[in-house]
Amino acid sequence: MESPLLHLALVGTPNSGKTALFNALTGSRQKVANYPGVTVERKEGSFVTPSGRQVSLVDLPGTYSLRGRSPDEEITRDFVLGRAKGEVLPDLVLCVADSTNLRLTIRLLLELKRTGRPLVLVLNMFDIAKRRGVSVDVARLSDALGMPVVTSIAVRKGGTADLLRLTDEVLAQSPSSPRDNLWHPLTAAELRTTQREADGIIAATVSLPERPDTWTARIDAVVLHPVGGLLILLVLLFVMFQAVFAWAQPLMELLSSGFDAAGDFVHDSLPAGLLQSFLQNGVISGVGSVVVFLPQIIIIFLFILLLEDFGYMARAAFLMDRIMGGAGLHGRAFIPLLSSFACAIPGFMATRVIDNRRDRLTTILIAPLMTCSARIPVYTLIISAFIPSELIWGWINLQGLVMFGLYAAGIVSALGMSFLIKFFMWRDYQPAPFMLELPDYKMPRVRSIAIGIYTRAKMFLQRAGTTIFAMMVLIWFLASFPQAPAGAEGPAINYSLAAMIGKAIAPLLAPLGFNWQIAVALIPGMAAREVAVAALGTVYAIEGGKEAAAQIGQVLATKWSVATALSLLAWYIFAPQCASTLAVIRRETGSTGWMAVTFGYMLALAYLASLATYHIAVAFGAG
Amino acid sequence: MADHDEHNSPLPLGLAKCGYSGVVQSLAAGDAASSLTGAELESRLIEFGFVEGARVEILHEGIIRRDPIAVRVENVTVAVRRREAMAIIVA
Repeated sequence: MESPLLHLALVGTPNSGKTALFNALTGSRQKVANYPGVTVERKEGSFVTPSGRQVSLVDLPGTYSLRGRSPDEEITRDFVLGRAKGEVLPDLVLCVADSTNLRLTIRLLLELKRTGRPLVLVLNMFDIAKRRGVSVDVARLSDALGMPVVTSIAVRKGGTADLLRLTDEVLAQSPSSPRDNLWHPLTAAELRTTQREADGIIAATVSLPERPDTWTARIDAVVLHPVGGLLILLVLLFVMFQAVFAWAQPLMELLSSGFDAAGDFVHDSLPAGLLQSFLQNGVISGVGSVVVFLPQIIIIFLFILLLEDFGYMARAAFLMDRIMGGAGLHGRAFIPLLSSFACAIPGFMATRVIDNRRDRLTTILIAPLMTCSARIPVYTLIISAFIPSELIWGWINLQGLVMFGLYAAGIVSALGMSFLIKFFMWRDYQPAPFMLELPDYKMPRVRSIAIGIYTRAKMFLQRAGTTIFAMMVLIWFLASFPQAPAGAEGPAINYSLAAMIGKAIAPLLAPLGFNWQIAVALIPGMAAREVAVAALGTVYAIEGGKEAAAQIGQVLATKWSVATALSLLAWYIFAPQCASTLAVIRRETGSTGWMAVTFGYMLALAYLASLATYHIAVAFGAG
Repeated sequence: MADHDEHNSPLPLGLAKCGYSGVVQSLAAGDAASSLTGAELESRLIEFGFVEGARVEILHEGIIRRDPIAVRVENVTVAVRRREAMAIIVA
């Protein structure tokens, strides 16, 4: 019989290196899910202690106190108090502190003590603290706090050995009488007392260097410069989008030719017929056309994770606060909106840090306008088919520039929308305060970034393997049945269900320059935006045979006018083409109404933008 | 309290210039025109380490109306808007 599973929880202030420690302890044995009823990310992992105890570890959202000002912080409070729905009271709480910056954590720790849970203080990043001249008398600190204290270096191999050993020791002590929970929400006066107490303990046990971290000060002098800082932010975003387009290209071509080869193999080794068509056109070219975009998704997450680990994201929020304030947005909305470039759903999750309901709702309503990674496949396909790959001024790739323009259009319309929302709905409303810690810069760690990218890439591939695969099968079915009668003229797809549906809604989309093939592709594109690419591939592959599937871009270039292509790009900036986004909006806002509002306004914007784009392009002779 | 001899008259941190350094004298959360209630603003300021006796220095300011400000509070750097910083009386 195995020893019973023990439950541990990680608590700490934001920026305490909690996630790095979580990654170090659990490696890739992680499960990411949601707490029931809310979109707060629940990260659980497991590990085995040196003496063989099975431990389940939950990484709780970062917080400065247990008052529970936001849904994230409420989860942390309820979890520690054993009130969280469907969760067990943790056997041990590990409170993580950045050793260079103990002040706020020790105050939190004094508050945590009142909950009666067994506690261990983990002094993380102990190597950095030492290098900066911070020295901590660990034994005295442990005495003063009345709990075990252990140092750790999460990012170094073996840096958590002491922590693991101590965990064993603490868990081995049979819990005497469980202590009662004496915690209650602290008043300002009580908070002040605990902060004073914390300052007293630090004064007695920690000696700080004379000067603060000089590197952080030097970098901030440039990065937070009122003008220079904004320019740097702009350049960073620009480089990011150029990289997404340019760096990913060779890898994408490699993946694409791999899928082509697989398709050819199936084509050559199976007799012509339904099975061959299903495997080659439905499965391989369908899933392949989506998986090809993995390199771009990895690159965009690489940038976001690097900037976050480095400590730049909080600076970006600082720089953008008043500028976004002009559009009625809170500075804290910057990080959710930036995450929405990857996917709106993690963006919605990140809005949990915005404690004001109205600010949060505004951010949720506009987040889907930020260009998510699922649009990249559509943009890439159309841009590479219709926009020549030329260099402007010798170094700017025209295709990259158009990509940047599409992103910029998303951002500008998001800001405009936010302004309208504030103006029409909440005109009399005072802005919520902006208070945010600017952590010291830290060298991002390869391992931590790698785990982050791995988790996201896995999620993307799972989607490609499940939702998208199912949709591909469905569209292949719609595009193949009923089969063309014997001796019929024209491509077989013209007789299928897909053609009937497409032709039925095509008149509605005709003013936008969309043909019925596009109309067909937009239907499965409701499940996930990138599916539309695969769907176009399927539609044209079945219509034009194997060569069409392999060279979908070139086929489109011969079948569509430039005006149609531009119109479709404009459509994709705005269209609410993602069922899961809409579902999460409903869950996040707790209202079907807001979901309907989002769907309606995005659809209207998409239609108008496409209509305008198409007619302007035709007027300029691109029809 | 040490090294704040050059600043004698108390003022709200929200009015101080970039580069100012001093010591927190008191919190007057009710006086700031924040959208938060006085008690809530006071609690949040304390959670970021703004308690009486804490050394503060304004390190950076934003481009529009020199807002928000980045304040070093002991050894933590915190970004706040000047509106909320009006609640922090320093000298």
